[in-house]
Amino acid sequence: MSASHDSTTSAPSHVRSDSSLLLANVSRRGFLAGVSAVGGLVLAVGFPAALRAADPPKYGRDGMPDGWIDNPLVFLAIGEDGTVTIVCHRSEMGQGVRTGMPMIVADELEADWKRVRVAQAPGDQKRFGNQDTDGSRSTRHFFEPMRRCGAAARAMLETAAATRWNVPVGEVEARNHEVVHRQSGRRLGYGALAKDAAKLPVPPRETLRLKDPSRFRYIGKGELKLVDGPDIVSGKAQYGIDTRLPGMLYAVIARPPVYGGKVVKYDASEALKVPGVVRVVEIEPSSPPAEFNPLGGVAVIGRNTWAAIKGRQALKIEWNDGANAAYDSTAFKATLEQASRKPGKVVRNDGDVDAAMASAARRLEAEYYIPHLAHATMEPPAATARIVNGKCEAWGCIQSPQAARDRIAKRLGMSADNVKVNVTLLGGGFGRKSKPDFMIEAAVLSKAMSGAPVKVTWTREDDLHNSYYHTVSIEHLEAGLDAGGKPVAWLHRTVAPTIMSTFNPEAKNEAPFELGMTAVNIPFVIPNVRIENPEATAHTRIGWFRSVSNIPHAFAVQSFVAELAAAAGRDHKDFLLELIGPARRIDPRTMGDTWNHGEDPERYPLDTGRMRRVVETAAREAGWGKTLPKGRGQGIAVVYSFVTYVAAVVEVAVSDKGELAIPRVDIAVDCGAQINPDRVRSQLQGACTMGVSLATKEEISYKAGRVEQDNYNAYEILRTDAAPREIRVHLIPGDFNAPLGGVGEPGVPPIAPALCNAIFAATGKRIRRLPIRDQLTKA
Amino acid sequence: MVTLHVNGKAQQVDVTPDTPLLWALRDVLGLTGTKFGCGIALCGACTVHLDGQPTRACITPVSAAAQRKITTVEGIGADRVGKAVQTAWVEVGVPQCGYCQAGQVMSATALLKQNPKPTDADIDAAMSGNICRCGTYTRIRAAIQRVAGQKGATQ
Repeated sequence: MSASHDSTTSAPSHVRSDSSLLLANVSRRGFLAGVSAVGGLVLAVGFPAALRAADPPKYGRDGMPDGWIDNPLVFLAIGEDGTVTIVCHRSEMGQGVRTGMPMIVADELEADWKRVRVAQAPGDQKRFGNQDTDGSRSTRHFFEPMRRCGAAARAMLETAAATRWNVPVGEVEARNHEVVHRQSGRRLGYGALAKDAAKLPVPPRETLRLKDPSRFRYIGKGELKLVDGPDIVSGKAQYGIDTRLPGMLYAVIARPPVYGGKVVKYDASEALKVPGVVRVVEIEPSSPPAEFNPLGGVAVIGRNTWAAIKGRQALKIEWNDGANAAYDSTAFKATLEQASRKPGKVVRNDGDVDAAMASAARRLEAEYYIPHLAHATMEPPAATARIVNGKCEAWGCIQSPQAARDRIAKRLGMSADNVKVNVTLLGGGFGRKSKPDFMIEAAVLSKAMSGAPVKVTWTREDDLHNSYYHTVSIEHLEAGLDAGGKPVAWLHRTVAPTIMSTFNPEAKNEAPFELGMTAVNIPFVIPNVRIENPEATAHTRIGWFRSVSNIPHAFAVQSFVAELAAAAGRDHKDFLLELIGPARRIDPRTMGDTWNHGEDPERYPLDTGRMRRVVETAAREAGWGKTLPKGRGQGIAVVYSFVTYVAAVVEVAVSDKGELAIPRVDIAVDCGAQINPDRVRSQLQGACTMGVSLATKEEISYKAGRVEQDNYNAYEILRTDAAPREIRVHLIPGDFNAPLGGVGEPGVPPIAPALCNAIFAATGKRIRRLPIRDQLTKA
Repeated sequence: MVTLHVNGKAQQVDVTPDTPLLWALRDVLGLTGTKFGCGIALCGACTVHLDGQPTRACITPVSAAAQRKITTVEGIGADRVGKAVQTAWVEVGVPQCGYCQAGQVMSATALLKQNPKPTDADIDAAMSGNICRCGTYTRIRAAIQRVAGQKGATQ
């Protein structure tokens, strides 16, 4: 287990690629049993593994491409000086995974955290298991394999010590970075035992002794600071945009302004006169669908970023805008509205909605609009690549290094074995950086420059004009109430271009993974429920955005419940709890949810008891129903997403002029046990802020096929002056031996409806179109 | 050639005079702690101090920075207030992705040096130019208040 520091990478020392110090000799161990190699489906992100009729279904980490690895020789190394190096194979984008994941290994290892360092894995799924950092899955899927990694290494160290002392292994115990012989009090540090331990076989999985959770040192405590914190605040942290290599060139790219557009011709003569511009290179567009491919365009390569930017300004390009040249958000909204008023593909049907509606005492109808959104990560996409001796090495802020590696190999016509993808820190991800198009661009440009290192930087304008956008949708809801105000019929038509359109241009219906995000899987006690999904055509690249289709679905569903409560003259929270009904465990398949976030429906039923508890907790902590001055109001919403339950109570203050302030938000979350509670709080606080931002300010719109927003002046992000003043997160305790839920995403979807419900409580004004912007100041 | 005085050191950069300080720092001097976010002074990720004043490096040409004392996030820890801010950021667990935090630290340090006991409104005024997409605003506020409440941290 001694670390080999003869790094095989050719990276300069200031580029973080120290992952390669880890054991290159894994295969000799032959300890790879349990690796679940799921072939076939390339698109891991958000998709369940493809199931063939003959195969039993695989769920959770078993269902992900390349599954999981729990081999300590892959994930950790102990130097003779006692330094423990733990590999993080998932991408850090603010969720704290580079602290949380190694902490799990360190805890089971009985390592002293002060002597642990963290190394980042390059893209290599066969070696590390699934690396798609997406879907709020890292801790949920890898808590157990990482525990086993630590426990196996601990057992090896104990065996090495017992052998050294010639005592039964049952008499020794690993404690805080050393092994102790209980009878004699002899001790040996991990560094002194590393060499012997490394020669031992990895113990079989079934022999491992996992710690009792009461003995955890770090897990569940939330006392460890972020491993990257000191580097972040002193400017040393390395993001994708920060890579520097000797002789590196800098590129920016003029991409087609309309999705599917192509270069007709271009004139680079003025660009080439700009001081510092080295070359202008056309990048071939990839044939549709966009998938993860670069959009093509004209790249300007310079001696620094500014020279490239100036050069690009001087390009003259004639574009053929192609089939999406007429895409117009105003017209498209009308198209979606029309579609939502006619029947569509039925995706859930309980009872007889039409009959129940016909005999209902009251009928209500509402339509909600949620526009395209952009992730607008503070760090725009950026990547560097070089090609040396037929091998490509790339660096980037990428959520899916394995996809980057495969696609670079494909585009350059190389074997994936000849491509290495190094993962930097990500300056925000939110789903944008799960698409490696920008990394492929760097590789293509390096090839065009005879293998010289080239860094591609997207400007903010590029990021907003050429993203993979959150979809745009109309959510049409109808309900029938009986004479007592009880809902007896529920009809929801959701109409939105599907993410699948980015991979299959014919796709016009929402996929099961989109419908399973709060459209079909609503656990309400209503006898007649029909969910329909009329078709919608995409005219831009649609992609995952933090919490994905839960955003529009939950906004509509949780707003509409509040509208029904108001119509029935009921307290919204009481009405919501009645709709959720008694505590029970619902098989998601009975609600038409065949996806269930990829998890086993038996292990992860929808538990209405847990849903009730977060509602009750958030309401209690917020002082639900307290008397508030004029212009103030509280709103509530609850959403089950990524197998986690989150309820939020937002308190607003709306001035006579319609100015909105948010003094306080209370959030209750049940994600099962919390591995790193401080990061759970931080993720929920951040998700709340992002939820307020998208609800109040954010919109991507199109005119003549082009995005209308250029920068943060038009695509506004919430700033501190308008942010909630206080965000209280209330964690529901969980069992470390029970299934875990996701954390990164589930905090987003309840915020917009809770906020708009609060605005209704404060002002009587119902917001059905996001963003809110000036809807409160206008009469 | 333009001479820049960065973190107490005079350094020559071979760029055109209109080149924004941001790109001279990052691409020429290798000081990548100062971040690019928008290019037009909307997000604050590129905040540096010019003669102690918080300044957006993305719209400041090197020609305008040449005669000034430039402090970047790499150098702010040498300042007592800057150090206290960095420490508070780590202790409070402010960063998520961390990309905007260099700019946040520079803005907060400038605020606390000029105004050791800022009110909520003072924090709004000084910090609203810095966007955080991860949404760490409540913790940034808490970290600033923590420094302000520490005896001797800012005086």
